[in-house]
Amino acid sequence: MILVVAEQHDGKLNRASLEAIAGAQELLTAAGASAGPITVVVAGNGASRVAGDLAAADVGGVLTADADGLSDYTPDAWVQAIRQVIDQTSPQYVIFPHTYQTRDYAPALAATIDRALITDVIGVKQVGGAAAFSRPMFQGKLTADVAPVGDAPFLITFQIGAFRADAMKRGASAAAVSQANVTIDAAAIRQKPEAPFQEAKQAVDLSQAERIVAVGRGIKTQENIPIAEKLAKAFGAELAASRPICDNGWLPMERQIGSSGQTVAPKLYVALGISGAIQHLVGMKGARIIVAINKDAEAPIFEVADYGIQGDIFEIAPALVAELEKS
Amino acid sequence: MKIAVCIKQVPTREWQPRLNADKTWIREQDVSYEMNEPDAYALEESLRLREKHGGEVVVCSAGPTRVQQVIREALARGADRAIHVEDAALGAADAYAAAAALAPAMAEEQFDLILTGLQSDDQGHAQFGPVLATRLNVPHSTIIMEVLVDGQSLRVKRELEGGWFQHIAMPLPALLTIQSGINQLRYATLKGIMAAKKKEIKKVATPGAVASRQKVLALYAPTKSKQTTMIGGSPAEAAKELVKRLREEARVL
Ligand SMILES: Cc1cc2nc3c(=O)[nH]c(=O)nc-3n(C[C@H](O)[C@H](O)[C@H](O)COP(=O)(O)OP(=O)(O)OC[C@H]3O[C@@H](n4cnc5c(N)ncnc54)[C@H](O)[C@@H]3O)c2cc1C
Ligand SMILES: Nc1ncnc2c1ncn2[C@@H]1O[C@H](COP(=O)(O)O)[C@@H](O)[C@H]1O
Repeated sequence: MILVVAEQHDGKLNRASLEAIAGAQELLTAAGASAGPITVVVAGNGASRVAGDLAAADVGGVLTADADGLSDYTPDAWVQAIRQVIDQTSPQYVIFPHTYQTRDYAPALAATIDRALITDVIGVKQVGGAAAFSRPMFQGKLTADVAPVGDAPFLITFQIGAFRADAMKRGASAAAVSQANVTIDAAAIRQKPEAPFQEAKQAVDLSQAERIVAVGRGIKTQENIPIAEKLAKAFGAELAASRPICDNGWLPMERQIGSSGQTVAPKLYVALGISGAIQHLVGMKGARIIVAINKDAEAPIFEVADYGIQGDIFEIAPALVAELEKS
Repeated sequence: MKIAVCIKQVPTREWQPRLNADKTWIREQDVSYEMNEPDAYALEESLRLREKHGGEVVVCSAGPTRVQQVIREALARGADRAIHVEDAALGAADAYAAAAALAPAMAEEQFDLILTGLQSDDQGHAQFGPVLATRLNVPHSTIIMEVLVDGQSLRVKRELEGGWFQHIAMPLPALLTIQSGINQLRYATLKGIMAAKKKEIKKVATPGAVASRQKVLALYAPTKSKQTTMIGGSPAEAAKELVKRLREEARVL
């Protein structure tokens, strides 16, 4: 069977869980029906509140794992909980969405049970009768098809957005929901988490912008930022940035686009000297029209771009400003 | 405080990938290397902690002879000494194998705090830190943006998705995976580079054979999800054509 580990916070389902179920359904096709059925497990105090949403999927069943010690997420508690569910269900594959929470405990879980973990998977195929998993390598410059080594279960995390939640097959009737029997040794939980918080009130809400010009490390120095600023102005666009620009303090954090910044869906997104790492793409690939300007024709940003110019920012940006100011 | 910082050598950002004959790995002879970016931030954080709390910073790296380049660089930036688990087979090893290779030598040292990068820019597993922590039986936390040490306890700021954060406390010894941008980097000085020449790099053999937990069956250029219209010509011509298309074809201006 295939075990999908869903994620919830305070009784709210993380949508990436549905993507993981959609991916597991595809895996079932690649690995053959004998790899089924799919069981979804969701852990934590809010688990029972999201079980209904999960049971709507075309899966064999939903398990809720709730116990003392699972009220707030900690890696130590989650390793204990999911390990027990794996022991009880003996899956062939354990599937996770590649969220920050999964990144935090899935590798520790894999090491604890001494099994293979393949992360950030974007596709599933069949190679020589067995399932193989495609994942980006070298900052998205290459894709690798990889096979897990060793004994099952194989742990797999699916990249956010790689499978679509709305492509998830729904069941004819709701799947059965039951409780997994887990007990947590509270004394073995070493992390003490505090409540999540946001740094500062977001003064700029880029999610409402119609046009965005985003600048990346191709701009080279802080002194060059006005070049991007001028282009944004000429487009009538908000200025945004990739993470390294904000890390360096060249633009404020609140203008960062991506998994740790804002998610935007403007009509027009112009990526200026941005390579197109997945953590950036998840924040902007919903844009209607994407323009990429990059000196490297092989940069991954061109994989999502509608229009591309292979060229130097310092030549292209001023030429665009001149053209836009003409009319 | 005895601090370890795990540093991986990875291909430079400018490197253009070329594949080996059977298309399962890159052609290593074409590659120039640099320090994995988040690891540079982990190193900087360890140096700042040493400045505040005293102690030493030990660079730990697993890889072929070539990784001495980044070890030397870390020593030049201020680390005190290094442990190099050396094996040609470690060049393409996954996070599981790298952690297995480093764990015994690192266990012996009994570090108070271990810092790693959150993800390698080459293989990108985002696994090594939590796997090593499990092997060494110390608590861990990931994607860390602030580290506060107070006696035997640790308080960290962990990054969550979408601009959220969370504080987490845990006892030492512990392992943290560091996110880029946690601090502002310092670069090596000439004095540092000279001093590094005299610092110790302890070479350790791998404990047994290097066994990765995943096998690369094929490596290839990514498939495009969109049909991209590439616009050529001089900068002025390209600008003219793009603006025309954005107005008339895409209608977004
Ligand atoms: C957990 C996690 C969360 C992250 N969150 C985010 C996030 O929210 N947002 C984000 O952006 N990143 C995030 N990152 C970082 C991400 O992985 C990349 O490192 C980052 O997006 C790279 O930024 P960049 O494209 O500006 O820089 P680079 O990758 O260095 O790319 C620079 C590009 O500029 C081009 N270039 C250079 N010179 C020129 C020139 N003269 N003219 C034209 N082009 C030029 C180069 O060809 C290259 O493609 C995160 C990473 C992790 C691990
Ligand atoms: N061979 C290695 N030697 C030293 N540190 C490593 C090695 N491989 C991975 N790491 C560390 O683990 C982090 C995450 O790597 P990965 O799990 O491959 O994404 C890196 O940022 C490094 O700090």
